[in-house]
Amino acid sequence: MGKRDIMLLAALFAVGAMLFVFFRFNRAEGARAVVRVSGEEYGSYDLTMDQTVEIHGRDGGTNLLQIQDGKASVTEASCPDLLCVHQGKVSRQGESIICLPNEVVVEITGAMEEVPYDVISG
Amino acid sequence: MMSYQDKDARPSASHDKDTGLSSRIALRGLLIALALVLSWVESRIPVFFAVPGMKLGLTNLVVLIALYRLSAPDALLINIVRILLAGLTFGNMFSVVYSLAGGMLSFLVMLVLKRSGRFHMVTVSITGGVFHNVGQIIVAILVLGSGYVTWYLPVLWISGIAAGAVIGLISAQIVRRLPDSFGR
Repeated sequence: MGKRDIMLLAALFAVGAMLFVFFRFNRAEGARAVVRVSGEEYGSYDLTMDQTVEIHGRDGGTNLLQIQDGKASVTEASCPDLLCVHQGKVSRQGESIICLPNEVVVEITGAMEEVPYDVISG
Repeated sequence: MMSYQDKDARPSASHDKDTGLSSRIALRGLLIALALVLSWVESRIPVFFAVPGMKLGLTNLVVLIALYRLSAPDALLINIVRILLAGLTFGNMFSVVYSLAGGMLSFLVMLVLKRSGRFHMVTVSITGGVFHNVGQIIVAILVLGSGYVTWYLPVLWISGIAAGAVIGLISAQIVRRLPDSFGR
């Protein structure tokens, strides 16, 4: 191990630490869970309303999205590895649950994104 | 007849060359098999932190040893054949695409660092580990059509460093202990 090794490794650690700081402190509480399947928007769900949604992913795969107490999680899935289920609950902006086999992405966004209407008055 | 047998038994110059080629082929076949077995072992290890793509990279042991003791084309060949075989036997096309992206980017980075001759094997392995995960994230962004997977980048960056360090330390010990005749 020479001086160059130490410098390169220090740089790698520094970038890693910066990524952590950048991604950790850039998150506000989210308002909606936006679901995408194969990159296309599938649905958008209000985090304040407790609900369970069955998502039909790629090749007939399914993921069960549960929204409870302002947090979203995938509780059941057809994929073999169940990584999406193990990813637990997400509630902050930018956090996501990803199921690669079914190409399903659940992403938490702020309030203003792609809501067809806020309130129907009258 | 007798002369035939005599001729076969005598280690002539061309005979030496033939066994050289045979043993070269055998060694590469053996290393591909070893890499494939390590791939399988890796696929049996449960994921610890529930982050897709986080893994030890056991097969990089074989790739690193091939890179340091055989040649860059050999290491590349072993890596590609291993990924295709693993995909066909216990993976799928989907895992092949991810493995190829990670494997190729990581290989390229390791090759450049090694060729520069300025870095220790462990450093080469660590950087390779990081860029393996970067490659996978790039493919995930393309496949999923969204940038949200980049949220995994910090965790995968650090886990790449850790995994690369473990694999690099083991590889360095193995390479040090291999006889000089290995791969010749």
